[in-house]
Amino acid sequence: MEAAYQKIVRLESQLHPLGVQRAPLWQFVLWMGFFGTILLWGVYAMFLCWFKGLNQTNMNDSYGFALWIWADLGVIAVGGGAFFTGLLRYVVGKDPLKYIINYAVLIGFICYSSALLILAIDIGQPLRGWFIFWHANVHSMLTEVAFCLSCYFGVLCIEYIPLVLENRKIDEVPIFHHTSHNFHEVMAIFAATGAFLSFFHQGSLGGVAGVLYGRPFAYRPEFFIWPTTFFLFTWSAAACGPCFTILVTKITEAITRKKLVKDNVVELLAKIAGWMLLTYSIAKIIDTLYWAFVMLPKHNLHVLDFFTNQSLIYSKLGGVPWILVVEILCSVIPAVILVTKKGRQNKPALIVAVFLGSMCALINRWVMVLQVMAVPVLTFETFALYFPSWQELATTILPVAYGVLLISLSHRYLPVFPQERELNPV
Amino acid sequence: MTETQGHGNQEGHAPGSKFGMVIDLDKCTGCGACMVACMAENNVPTKPDETNKLDTITWMRVFKLSNGKAFPDAETCYLPRPCMHCGGKHDAGHSPCVSVCPATATDYSYKTGIVSQIYTRCFGCRYCMGACPYHARYFNWWDPKWPADMKNYLSPDVSVRMRGVVEKCSFCFHRYQRAMDLAYYEERELEENEYQTACTQACPAGAITFGDLNNEDHMVYKVTHEESEGDEILRGRTPFRLLEELETNPKVYYLSGRDWVVKAGNASVREEAKAVKDTGGHH
Repeated sequence: MEAAYQKIVRLESQLHPLGVQRAPLWQFVLWMGFFGTILLWGVYAMFLCWFKGLNQTNMNDSYGFALWIWADLGVIAVGGGAFFTGLLRYVVGKDPLKYIINYAVLIGFICYSSALLILAIDIGQPLRGWFIFWHANVHSMLTEVAFCLSCYFGVLCIEYIPLVLENRKIDEVPIFHHTSHNFHEVMAIFAATGAFLSFFHQGSLGGVAGVLYGRPFAYRPEFFIWPTTFFLFTWSAAACGPCFTILVTKITEAITRKKLVKDNVVELLAKIAGWMLLTYSIAKIIDTLYWAFVMLPKHNLHVLDFFTNQSLIYSKLGGVPWILVVEILCSVIPAVILVTKKGRQNKPALIVAVFLGSMCALINRWVMVLQVMAVPVLTFETFALYFPSWQELATTILPVAYGVLLISLSHRYLPVFPQERELNPV
Repeated sequence: MTETQGHGNQEGHAPGSKFGMVIDLDKCTGCGACMVACMAENNVPTKPDETNKLDTITWMRVFKLSNGKAFPDAETCYLPRPCMHCGGKHDAGHSPCVSVCPATATDYSYKTGIVSQIYTRCFGCRYCMGACPYHARYFNWWDPKWPADMKNYLSPDVSVRMRGVVEKCSFCFHRYQRAMDLAYYEERELEENEYQTACTQACPAGAITFGDLNNEDHMVYKVTHEESEGDEILRGRTPFRLLEELETNPKVYYLSGRDWVVKAGNASVREEAKAVKDTGGHH
């Protein structure tokens, strides 16, 4: 028994990248088993939704868009680190980012595949999902989302494949070795394509809420043909995505108890994210002020009208709409930390900044999905409140478990972090 | 020839129709006959428990409004709310829901002004529901079911909807098709009384008037243009629409001589003490 286990360990270790140390196999199996169980729980809920319908959720006719759409927009926003880091590395030429680009791509791949899965669960007739392409309405922001999202996921696959092919054993096969090499050669083209597609699908996700002229809470003025939320969503994804990439990198380093990326690389990405966050927060504040003081008065509405609910989340604290303030602070505070060299180099401050930066996108997407649905429009209607069912929660946790599993597998068997060997000599 | 945008602008064609409704809120007693007629006419499924109005389907829904005052100043108003068949900004057909549907499963007819729903094309993304400020769109959260005997009473003119798609009031479009077939066969124009919605005909108080808002001979035209022939219905009141300030251009007009009711319908003239939905109602 012991001999058989040792044999498996020996064989499995041959799949590890050269010159690095990995956790014992039993530990890895336990870890995978734990998250695999969570994944299976989510998969069970997913099949319940598919076979029994969306009555398994607590969504209703007021909450047609709920937890899933927030999760969808959220993971796409924080997954924006992939396209933006790719743009910086391959198009702008920020060379040090080559040491973190693999991980940014992996996180992006997880986020976008999760987003597509969530969408597949969220629609009432999953077998008709292809209608969005076949009967496309070019005026709809969701159509733009569907096309660009699908195409960009294709790009992410292309960006992730070379990493898979670099597995020690796979790389021994000449065709895979050459394929991987050639993919790297043309990666700039895919990075540029990915950035182009991301600009549109991140933006059109913002447009989903911004074009709702029947809902003054969401509606925003048009800039060219797009509402301002189009640009703000793209901007925030470019700002918050890298924050999430750094945050996940730091979490991975904490779990593996190893330094995986050099500080100068993280600081460069953090600096760029900081400036993006700073400019985003200025744009967001201007947009909010214009909405509050120019657009809402046209409907005889006041910004505080949207925060009059008794529930904690859409209420005022001390007369202040706290969620709106928190949303803006989550862009301003990390921006101030990350644009200063001292702030970036201070480890706890960096962690706080990238955490808040990630939250910035997640809170913004929450507000632009769930609060849009909650606030009443007809004067005689009241706030609609909603709490997700366990099936919704399980299917929302599913992508997290899936992400942990894929990161764990990739980290164990693929050379995700090029600096790992140098930073952790065996 | 494709239909051009805007009512009555179809080149070489007679001006298009624009079917709409005028609902006299001072006449409505809140009996709910319009809701029942609508459900029966349009094969709307039921659930054993319909108390939760957030997940039950009511194409025509009657809201019970209160002026929020205590006795003896308390007043109640019943407000029937079908789909508004919005013309959208500039009345050009870009209804809030039509423009957002990613699969063109809901469409605006420049010939009738009616917003249609193509059930077999809808894949249930529910974006249209989020876009509609009137909550006039409903999702089939469950498989449609009727008590066994009621299946025999389903209308053959209206397709039943499957689980996972959105549906809404169609202004009884099948009645329009039926009336148009006959008018075409008899080589004549459609008469006003030939195409009436089920709710209009079921209202015992005669609170609903339905017709072509573009046809000068139709009562809805006279009422909405405040012409003297409409005085019997208008009685000095000015027609208003729900949330007019949002530029959704609804085709359902309301009448009320009570100021607080008019203000309840229009956010732009909302007052400090808003009208409130009376939660004790049975609708």
